[in-house]
Amino acid sequence: MIRFLLNDRITEIESAASDLTVLEYLRDDKGLCGTKEGCASGDCGACTVSLVQLTKSDDALSYKSINSCVTFLSTLHGKQLITVEHLAVNEDLHPVQQAMVDYHASQCGFCTPGFVMSLFTFYHQNTETNHQNIESALSGNLCRCTGYRPIIDAAMHSCSHRTADQFDDRKQQTISQLVQLKDGTAGLKGLFVPRSAQELAQLLVEHPDARLFSGSTDLALETTQQLKDLPCLIDLKGIKELNQIGIEDNYLSIGAALPFSEIESLLLMHFAPLKELLWRFASVPIRNQASLGGNVANASPIGDMPPVLLALQAQIVTDNGNTQRMIAAADFFTGYRRTALQPNEWIRAIRLPLLTQNHILRAYKVSKRFEDDISAVCAVFCLRLNNHIIEAVNSGFGGVAATPVSAIELQSALLGLDWRLSSTKEKGAEVLRHAFEPIDDVRASAHYRKQIIENLWHRYWLETNNEESKIETRVIHYA
Amino acid sequence: MRKLIQPAGSNTQGSTVGKSRIHESAIRHVTGSAQYVDDQVLPLNTAYAAVGISEHTKGDINSIDLDDVRSSEGVIDVITIDDVPGHTDIAPVFTGDPVLADKRIVFHGQPVFAVLATSVRLARQAAQKATINISPQQPVLSTDSAHEAEEFVRPAHTMQRGDANKTLSQASQRIQGEIAIGGQEHMYLEGQVSVAVPQEQDRMLIYTSSQHPSEVQKLVAEVLGIKLHKVTVDMRRMGGGFGGKETQAAQWACIAALLAARNRIAVKIRLPRMQDMMVTGKRHPFLNRFDVSFNQHGRITATNIQINGDCGHSADLSDAIVDRAMFHADNSYHLGDCHIVGHRCRTNTVSHTAFRGFGGPQGMMVAEAMIEKIARRLDLDPLAVRKINFYDNEERNFTQYGMKIEHNILPDLVARLETSSDYWARREAITQYNKNSPVLKKGLALTPVKFGISFTAKHLNQAGALVHVYTDGSVQVNHGGTEMGQGLHTKIGQIAANEFGISLDDIEVTATRTDKVPNTSPTAASSGTDINGKAVQNACIEIRNRLSEFYLKSLGLSKDLLTDVVFNHHQVSIENHQISFLELVQQAYIGRVSLSTSGFYKTPKIHYDRATGKGRPFFYFAYGASCSEVTVDTLTGECMVERVDILHDVGTSLNPAIDIGQIEGGFIQGMGWLTNEDLRWDDKGRLISNNPATYKIPAVGDTPKIFNVELYPDPNPEDSIYHSKAVGEPPLMLAMSVWCAIKDSISSLSEYRLDADLPAPATAENILMACNKIRRALESQ
Repeated sequence: MIRFLLNDRITEIESAASDLTVLEYLRDDKGLCGTKEGCASGDCGACTVSLVQLTKSDDALSYKSINSCVTFLSTLHGKQLITVEHLAVNEDLHPVQQAMVDYHASQCGFCTPGFVMSLFTFYHQNTETNHQNIESALSGNLCRCTGYRPIIDAAMHSCSHRTADQFDDRKQQTISQLVQLKDGTAGLKGLFVPRSAQELAQLLVEHPDARLFSGSTDLALETTQQLKDLPCLIDLKGIKELNQIGIEDNYLSIGAALPFSEIESLLLMHFAPLKELLWRFASVPIRNQASLGGNVANASPIGDMPPVLLALQAQIVTDNGNTQRMIAAADFFTGYRRTALQPNEWIRAIRLPLLTQNHILRAYKVSKRFEDDISAVCAVFCLRLNNHIIEAVNSGFGGVAATPVSAIELQSALLGLDWRLSSTKEKGAEVLRHAFEPIDDVRASAHYRKQIIENLWHRYWLETNNEESKIETRVIHYA
Repeated sequence: MRKLIQPAGSNTQGSTVGKSRIHESAIRHVTGSAQYVDDQVLPLNTAYAAVGISEHTKGDINSIDLDDVRSSEGVIDVITIDDVPGHTDIAPVFTGDPVLADKRIVFHGQPVFAVLATSVRLARQAAQKATINISPQQPVLSTDSAHEAEEFVRPAHTMQRGDANKTLSQASQRIQGEIAIGGQEHMYLEGQVSVAVPQEQDRMLIYTSSQHPSEVQKLVAEVLGIKLHKVTVDMRRMGGGFGGKETQAAQWACIAALLAARNRIAVKIRLPRMQDMMVTGKRHPFLNRFDVSFNQHGRITATNIQINGDCGHSADLSDAIVDRAMFHADNSYHLGDCHIVGHRCRTNTVSHTAFRGFGGPQGMMVAEAMIEKIARRLDLDPLAVRKINFYDNEERNFTQYGMKIEHNILPDLVARLETSSDYWARREAITQYNKNSPVLKKGLALTPVKFGISFTAKHLNQAGALVHVYTDGSVQVNHGGTEMGQGLHTKIGQIAANEFGISLDDIEVTATRTDKVPNTSPTAASSGTDINGKAVQNACIEIRNRLSEFYLKSLGLSKDLLTDVVFNHHQVSIENHQISFLELVQQAYIGRVSLSTSGFYKTPKIHYDRATGKGRPFFYFAYGASCSEVTVDTLTGECMVERVDILHDVGTSLNPAIDIGQIEGGFIQGMGWLTNEDLRWDDKGRLISNNPATYKIPAVGDTPKIFNVELYPDPNPEDSIYHSKAVGEPPLMLAMSVWCAIKDSISSLSEYRLDADLPAPATAENILMACNKIRRALESQ
């Protein structure tokens, strides 16, 4: 049984296909057709809905936008799902809706419900209304008609004058409803929601072919794009051990199932130079679902976090219910989309060693579009210096080989050299020039990828030796 | 907020026309209650169709084994071309577009069969289970190989003036070059979708997301082998069209109708996004070559231009599209003695089709590429070269196809933008910035647009309307145009409200239906408001005249006063008499006056003789100009558009908010075409940018932080609807200033002496390669 609030009604789903998406459920089962399917792959945002959950202390609500097209039903359990049909009270539009009307922000209108829901969610967050935050909130919504200007204006207007809406008025009632809902076992036939590592281990014994997911933003594509049936799924979001984050003896330990939006602040507190990469990792709705564990377990050569883990010399903590293993990131990716995970084993956490003042970290991503795109090349560099002399060089790259990789040769070539010298930079460039044999694909040519690696190294050198000269190196800034 | 310029001197009597009224569906859009085809409640036993597509690019079909499809769960029916009772070819103008593959495969992803099942998912799963045996052949995959293999979908067409080759050969300054221009995926947010509901006996009702309901009606009738009067097509709204639903919507309606007719049940077909991208045509890629001579001031003396449109496997609308590229190869410039030839190359890709601008943008890019090259050769600012080549009012005022340029507002429009955008001061600042910035380079460009308004197929320039006045004073309007987001129905409502002097709330513009207004033209060529607005006005005037005549008679006044009767503020008045519109309508009804009529319009003045390549294909031109500033990272090729200033001519604006929306949206869509949107086929002819993860349209962060859009204030001197101008397509080409600004930034690497060799789209990769070329050229000097 999945129990949740569909708008203001307690709703129970007793049976449904294990791989039914929330979008399919809304449109086909409930006839709520305001939520649209534009791509069924989490790329356009026409299906955006708002998911409201209790905060840890059970006394407040937190709003998140998600792509309903890549979300399985178990995600709804114990939460409130708000759809576009529910925002207006009779003839009175919600302030974000009214602003979209007043600013002429809809043309064909097909993307509009998704924009409205992203704005509605933003309206209920304590985030400052400024241009960059608005762009971030709308980063998962595509509009082909307006060019976005009126939508941005509508967002700026409606969200800089937030007043209490019907959802704020009903807050206490919603909280008590959700408190009631959160108890009870969640799940459907073929869709399991274990609460502990032990339960998960047991489920994996019973269902060795089960597919694990947390955010489902990648796994769902197998059903929506490849039309595969996924008869046995295990949702990891309820497992306590996989949803913790904190500092443990000089490591930041990140639970594998936590969505990016819940690790961002702590991650950036300790690894500030990752900000651009994190913002460009994916759109906000995707970051509200996708987990670091999923990004690592996928082992995609174009995932954006594996290069970071390589450059930071992270450890992957695996578990099977009995034994935990600690695997160095460099040993984890064993082949194209293959990892060192054993059958019946899962990723429990990812441990990032904290940096010292002597480390200089930079993470670069080059893609066709700044927002919500997949890297042509991702390059992460992390030097340890002692009075400008290189003591260690670590790196990670995506998009240049069948797996995420490091350029190990940089270490031996540059050890003991003065980072300020352009000859040091040249020596590194020479290594990188021959380090990889990337391929041509839809995102970039091999030739371009090779040159970008070298040029990003040049950028790294400029940016980290640049205190006086102030040479500008980025066309986009993430403040 | 920007200033909205209210129209001056219109004949609209302070009514709804000229005001920024909200989109007629805006409230339904934001509440999710606006219904698209996929949202409609359907009969209980509705079944769902999917198509099975070819894994090969070219070859003869030996056999199609559909046993596993038929036995797949939930399958009701499977059809191939052999099951079509009527016509099998659904090509819009010529031939070559079979509704399902006919004995041979001509592009990768071509639909071969259709399957009907009890659910969308079961239909799509079943469609994957066929075994199609094909003898593969070598596909033709580029315009150059099409030339080599002499593969063309239509014969070439030529336009010329004077002896271009002679002038070229005698010129002291001459440059040759070529420009590759990528295509573009429409990426309407609502994909292709149709529903066919069988009616009594052999009649059929179709709901479709189409810009051309009349053509859907015709083709459905033809494939079913019935007459047109048995088929009704209903089209309330599209979730975006952009040309991608002009001809490309018909196939799905036909397939749904075929399955619905055979099985006597309602059938819905909706393409999954990836398949939509694989099986529907796109903006044509072009490879254009030029040879241009000019004097020491940069004024063009002669041009020889070869235009090569990559049409895909069939003609579709390519004849007119390549023609429009040729009509616009001048953009806003006099080409001197010129010779332009346009080739329609046949390649083994999906058949390319209409897309906002309809070949015009790809033609204009030649003009801009030439201007840029001339400017760098002569060390002049490109804007100076642009201006010296504008049409003037003396001798250089005829286009290459013999149309006189009247009412040329472009020099004034550009002069105003030059001032308001502060072009020259920013030019100086940018030059300074670039001297001090080794990695980032800024670029600036101001480019004009002159776009011809009318269908070049003359017969399409007609429109019909149907207007009913009801006895409570409310009015229903129907017309041949379709609403795809452009605000057509809003403007039409404003026109009808204005004609009757009543408020917009009293007007309902209903779904486009072939049983209300027949034989309509597609909503395309920016013509929607121009022609349908006039047809609606025509109908309104007819009813108004009947009411006036009735009123005059009841007052005992002469019929000669007919045109003096005023309809305004819900009142009808003549001399010192006044009656409310409602009361007059009710009295007229009792007096047995018909309160319903059709309206009609045909565009005057236009003609074109293809044999001589001369004529006046356009009723008028819409003008505009834009100034863009970009920053380019010369280490990665990444680019950011920092500021855009636009001044655009919509004549007297019917609705400034909607017009500005078209301008901004068109600009960003054009910017996507020229920057991030990168269609890629592999060496086997398979589209590899086939989903929104691999094909990137502009996102919210791509909108320039500074984006100033203003309307040029003058009315259209031609007798268009309230002297407005069409606005759908022209703004798309304003984005050429972004491409030119990127070239400008790259050229700064050579201190503006070398032209950047930058194909479109200017992806980061293409930008970096263009930087590299200039760096290499400098090294070798």
